[in-house]
Amino acid sequence: MNNKLTLKEAQNLLFSDKVKSEEIVSDCISAIKKYDKKLNAYLTINETPRSKSGKTNNSKRKLELAGIPYAIKDNFLTKGIKTTAGSKVLDDYIPQYSATVVNKLEDAGAVILGKTNMDAWAHGSSTETSDYGSTKNPWNINHLPGGSSGGSAAAVIADLCIFAIGSETAGSIRQPAAWCGCVGLKPTYGRVSRYGVIAMGSSLDSPGPLTKTVEDSAIVLEALAGADQYDATTSPKPAEKYTSYLNKGVKNLKIGIASEYLLPQMRGDVKKLINDAGEVYEKLGAKVDYVRTMNPEYAIGVYTLIQRSEVSSNLARYDGIRFGNDRSHFGQEAKRRITLGTYALSAGYADKYYKKAQKVRTLYIKDFENIFKKYDLIIGPTSPGPAQKLGATKGQAMFGEMEDILVEPSTISGLPGLSIPCGYVDGLPIGLDIIGPQFSEGLIIQAGNAYEKATPWHKQKPKL
Amino acid sequence: MNELFKTFIGLEIHVELRTLSKMFCGCINNHFGVAPNTHTCPVCLGLPGALPYPNKRAIEWTALIGLALNCKINKNSKFDRKHYFYPDLPKGYQISQYDEPLASSGWLQMSNVKLQITNKIKIRRVHLEEDTGKLVHKKVNSENVTLVDFNRSGVPLVEIVTEPDIKTPAEAKEFAQKLQKIIRFLGVSDCDMEKGSMRLEANISLAPYTVHSPSRRPLRAGGRSQITKLPDYKVEIKNINSFRFLEKAINYEIKRQSDLLSQGKTPNQETRGWSEAKNATVPQRFKETEADYRYFPEPDIPPIVFTNEEIKQFRNSIPLMPDEIEKRFRNIYKLPVHYIEVLTENKGLAIFAENALKIAKKKGLPLDKLAGEIVNKPIDFTKVSVDAFIKKFKEKGSNIITSSSELEIWITKSIEDTPNAVADYKKGKTQAISAIIGNVMKLSKGKADPSVVRKLLEEKLR
Repeated sequence: MNNKLTLKEAQNLLFSDKVKSEEIVSDCISAIKKYDKKLNAYLTINETPRSKSGKTNNSKRKLELAGIPYAIKDNFLTKGIKTTAGSKVLDDYIPQYSATVVNKLEDAGAVILGKTNMDAWAHGSSTETSDYGSTKNPWNINHLPGGSSGGSAAAVIADLCIFAIGSETAGSIRQPAAWCGCVGLKPTYGRVSRYGVIAMGSSLDSPGPLTKTVEDSAIVLEALAGADQYDATTSPKPAEKYTSYLNKGVKNLKIGIASEYLLPQMRGDVKKLINDAGEVYEKLGAKVDYVRTMNPEYAIGVYTLIQRSEVSSNLARYDGIRFGNDRSHFGQEAKRRITLGTYALSAGYADKYYKKAQKVRTLYIKDFENIFKKYDLIIGPTSPGPAQKLGATKGQAMFGEMEDILVEPSTISGLPGLSIPCGYVDGLPIGLDIIGPQFSEGLIIQAGNAYEKATPWHKQKPKL
Repeated sequence: MNELFKTFIGLEIHVELRTLSKMFCGCINNHFGVAPNTHTCPVCLGLPGALPYPNKRAIEWTALIGLALNCKINKNSKFDRKHYFYPDLPKGYQISQYDEPLASSGWLQMSNVKLQITNKIKIRRVHLEEDTGKLVHKKVNSENVTLVDFNRSGVPLVEIVTEPDIKTPAEAKEFAQKLQKIIRFLGVSDCDMEKGSMRLEANISLAPYTVHSPSRRPLRAGGRSQITKLPDYKVEIKNINSFRFLEKAINYEIKRQSDLLSQGKTPNQETRGWSEAKNATVPQRFKETEADYRYFPEPDIPPIVFTNEEIKQFRNSIPLMPDEIEKRFRNIYKLPVHYIEVLTENKGLAIFAENALKIAKKKGLPLDKLAGEIVNKPIDFTKVSVDAFIKKFKEKGSNIITSSSELEIWITKSIEDTPNAVADYKKGKTQAISAIIGNVMKLSKGKADPSVVRKLLEEKLR
């Protein structure tokens, strides 16, 4: 049952020699064997996870994450372990090198359990566009887990790992975290290295943790954050000790509920959960009121154009000449995105689409700058509603963009956000998104941690 | 040179920088004579997830080239992605610069004394990009295959583009030679055409001179009107791997295009290649319209920003340029043209000569002879000190032979000894004379006066 431990609990037990890494690993593997046929959260299981750094010898024991097994989305390159990005194009691709995130976790002593399922190339918000079949939502297997980091979110909430890594371009960490009822942290763009992550929208991609608690997020982010000599877009700003923001409360923090994010078509019970969260914060001593933001709907167009343009360019290297299968193996979604992106970048159209999108992007950035002059943080729903049913994406070319409408404005502005469970409707979790200014991960963790301690939601687990 | 048409020639010159590492990764920047695919990594192989990390030195060196060409260094510039599919381009796009190059709007003064040209050739832009891999076509197990060598992939490559200001093939050649000299003086590239570290492309088009009716506007001298508008086609010539071929290819192209235009036809907008075997340009591919490279800002690299202070520092780090040294040799030391040409061929030699001449001038030694000594008896200036050279020169000064029957014998013998050089010289390759002078110096054991030998030889070979 060691698979049910949070990262913090596992760390404590390992540090005090009450449990061995091998025990945690084998419990996780047993859980995977038992439940993953049903959930399809993993694409590849690392059969020999202990051979790398899992051996809890004395020198490794002192490392922060020594012997702790984690799951990682299949768009992170793992040397010697098959990496498909959920696409048949990379069906047999075994990388020659590891992503910076993987190296950092290995340096901290963590152990890879396996690679998790995802929308092919991270193109989606359902995990249903994976060429290897959809992951199922552990709360109800007739529902989607969200995506594109759906496999990671499902693995965390189903206790098929201690923590997981995902990547977000717009919503791909927070939305599946919300739909699966775990904690998802999307750091500021440039806070965590993208080196070795199969690129989707290069100007937006942000790797981050999916965890069982906010505290666990802080621990993982501490291991990941910082400048990377292989990624020129990482910030030179030193990483912080994010765990030092825990247990500080929210007294006198100014928190705005984004009124524009409580969409007219949104269910009343979802809106109520967000307003309830506001009340929780008020009781904890924060100053809470409603804040007007730019209408999030324009962000859909901006995000779609920028992301598709970058996708069409980033997927050009998959020509099947040096590795992988040829381009006929791309699925429908990738083909659609390549087509739209290629069109948007074509001579005569770049000004009309790509450049115009960049201008609107600047407007959102300015809007947030103004808001954060008056507020420390903004809260709102992560997703317009609870997890949708399997098959919901069929015939919906813009499914992801519509589901991610509430995280797109902050994503295109490069801002960090944290999704934490804030209640349940129809037996499915709802996520609260906490958004802050660039590089305010510490403050976001502080607020998320205070909320989590005051509410019971994160303790609920699905019955598998 | 052309009676009926005005010629527009623009050059695009690519130069590989000799930085230690490649443009966007830590791989060794050396692809010549190296086993294939030994200097590669995830970045220059375009593997999934790999990201470019720009080479600071390459950016600075490009700025130096820009400054040496009197360009404006743009305080804000950026990299862009240029998309096309080709097996030697592993990412499916080349990282280049589109609308914000590192340097733009410069010029190069053409002041070749021999051609009597004084003309400013405008430089449109100087930008930095990455080189591609190399395709190798060969037989493996009796099957024709194409292999890719990625050692060259990601080597820093500077592109220098002129305005179509160049008017003659000779001027194009002079421009390219001058550019090579400047870049070699900067020390940022070998500019070796055989090794491909300097590559030339020429764009050529012709426009007919139109004669205006006298009633409407007075005729200019020769009855020609000024032509300011470029023709609506242009022919790009690639595969030019020497200065001589550049001149030949442009000459051929002018003839070909003017023949077509005279027949009332418009030459195709196309890319042609210089064929050494055919001594002609041959079509490579038609370019109906500009290729659509779908440029957009490279999201993996933050924009490049220079401060005024940094630009000032770049300016200060530019060494003495060949033009300035030439001017000193001409005006201060009053050296003859053929000496100046040789002495400014490379930076080390030019500086050695400058230092030696400076001392010699102070000491009242014959500058002409001293320069001749350096030119005709190639000395290893990396090993010989200027002082030692001057000392030896003074000692020898006493027994230098300037005229005698002995001199005549050496010259006659040398003409027999070096038939190739003699033939070349007679063909117009004036440089070839140094080989004959060198032979005389050898026979005389260094006692002959090279400037006198040259004069005598020039008379004899006329």
